[in-house]
Amino acid sequence: MDKAELLNLYEQMVTIRLMEEKCEELYQKGKIGGFMHLYIGQEAAGVGAVSARQPHDNVITAYRDHGLAIACGLEPRLIMAEMFGKATGCCKGKGGSMHLADITKKFWGGHAIVGAHIALATGLAFADKYRQSDAVTLCFFGDGATNISYFHEALNLAAAWDLPCVFICENNKYGMWTPIEKVSGVTEMRQKATAYGMPSDVCDGMEVLAVRAVTEKAITHVRSGQGPYFLEILTYRYRGHSMGDQRPYRTQAEIHKWQAEDPIGQFENYLLKQGFLAAEMDAIDDRVKHLLDDAIKFADESPFPAQTEIWTDIYAPGSPAAIHN
Amino acid sequence: MAITTMAKAIAQAMAEEMERDSRIVVWGEEVAAAGGTYGATQGLQEKFGPTRVLDTPISEGVIVGAAVGAAMNGLRPIAEIMGINFAFLAMDQIINHAAKVRSMFGGQFECPIVIRTTSGGGRQLGATHSQTVEHLFAHFPGLLVVAPSTPGDAKGLLKAAIRSDDPVMFVEHATMYSDKGEAPEDVNYVLPIGKSDVKRSGKDVTIVTYSKMVSISLRAAQQLSAEGIECEIIDLRWLRPLDLEPVYESFKKTNRAVIVEEGYATYGLSAEIATRIYAECFDYLDAPIERVSQKEVPLPYSGPLEKYALPKVEDVIAGVKRVL
Repeated sequence: MDKAELLNLYEQMVTIRLMEEKCEELYQKGKIGGFMHLYIGQEAAGVGAVSARQPHDNVITAYRDHGLAIACGLEPRLIMAEMFGKATGCCKGKGGSMHLADITKKFWGGHAIVGAHIALATGLAFADKYRQSDAVTLCFFGDGATNISYFHEALNLAAAWDLPCVFICENNKYGMWTPIEKVSGVTEMRQKATAYGMPSDVCDGMEVLAVRAVTEKAITHVRSGQGPYFLEILTYRYRGHSMGDQRPYRTQAEIHKWQAEDPIGQFENYLLKQGFLAAEMDAIDDRVKHLLDDAIKFADESPFPAQTEIWTDIYAPGSPAAIHN
Repeated sequence: MAITTMAKAIAQAMAEEMERDSRIVVWGEEVAAAGGTYGATQGLQEKFGPTRVLDTPISEGVIVGAAVGAAMNGLRPIAEIMGINFAFLAMDQIINHAAKVRSMFGGQFECPIVIRTTSGGGRQLGATHSQTVEHLFAHFPGLLVVAPSTPGDAKGLLKAAIRSDDPVMFVEHATMYSDKGEAPEDVNYVLPIGKSDVKRSGKDVTIVTYSKMVSISLRAAQQLSAEGIECEIIDLRWLRPLDLEPVYESFKKTNRAVIVEEGYATYGLSAEIATRIYAECFDYLDAPIERVSQKEVPLPYSGPLEKYALPKVEDVIAGVKRVL
């Protein structure tokens, strides 16, 4: 990787971290509504994995989607405006925090029914294979989603049909408030892929370059037409499942242990050892802060959607099924 | 026009559309090698090959989910759910995804899928395999729901469903696959979306119905005609979007209506239609609107009991007589 690429990984992770901290504040101020799930702690997982894709490869994820949206290149302005429920948001204010998407970045959402998007991913992958495109689909989900029927139906179909899909489990140890070992027969999620004859790999999700390396390997395998691949990224969310979760179900010691391996701090140290200057990173931090301030200002000043917007986008334009006031 | 069966008309509609548009793919349980459990996909795999016509695992959630994903990514899948009772296993994909991906993402994604499925009782399959529940899906904005009553309609309506840029539940009746009727051979025979059809004219009572209950109502009307009672029968064809203009027009002439549905009346299709007629045609009302429907029990296996529970010709005749 060249210097610019390394700094780009750093910048994306910092953008996610600082944006999530802002989101937390804005949620408490009532600027952002609904359910919101922060990605803090998991930055290296999303950034590392997505950095291994080509621009025509698909990314789809669950409701903890802010980080992957940034990794896929969505403009912070459009993300922030969406969370503010504004007309200028990436989904015109109709999706919110859990349903970010941008088709121009091949970022297919943002889906809030646990596991359902794993089924959608098989369809995305099928369509590319059918058109004889070499695009692959990266489907992200949490450890909690491996217990739902969709996961098993989708992995089985992908294996049976040799679909070009990388299933990426971000194992952050908890499904909502429940530790995975209490609700799963196995604690290594990749064992579940073995049942479908799928090759798998695992990596330290706090190390962005490690994540990138295993994802590159997985994508190469899938793109060569050998069928789907399963990745387990071991990671940790510092915050609760969603806002208002006080995290009584885990110890401070556990949180501190993971924070000691902070993905951004670790990568910063790595870059310094590689000869990068602290000033280079400080400059990035400043640029990101400005970018986020600008995004928040943009979101704040943008108008809410017109009331008539409620009737749009339900059916195709001109469909006789279109609903009118 | 050629005489054909319901199953053949359905297969023909798909074959013609697949010929026209290479983005159309067909998948479901037993649809490919076997040609469908009811023969409605007969010949498709031979004609279009295994990359376009695929057998799936018995996995309703991913049958629909993969169709939604493929549709978002540019294809136009036709996914078969063998029975509407199994569509309950795909309810989340149909309602939370197919019906919502366009609006929830601000119009970025399209979902041009057709979910072909089979509804209805009358085959002694017991309570879990005999339900008539298509109206449940018609509850949700974002979906279209259509149920044909003749082979000709099936062909024209399925082609309309396939050409729709929005998700359509295409609901066939389990006992009608070998019904015979005329079906136009014109490849551009496409019926309009959201238009009902007057299947019989009459001046005395308006019967509003769809799918198999159209033929049951026609038989009832024939018997009533012998007694001098003339029924007008309106086949809704589409449960969403619902076209009640011809119903209002008819009601303003007859001042009496019977709504015939195979499913349960409680919270059912007839409740919706009756409400709308009451609101639109209040000044024309000469009798309370009658509903003919299935008895509110899980359908039993035993032949005579099942027959007793399902609406039949005599029930429609009795319903008509109650409004006169």
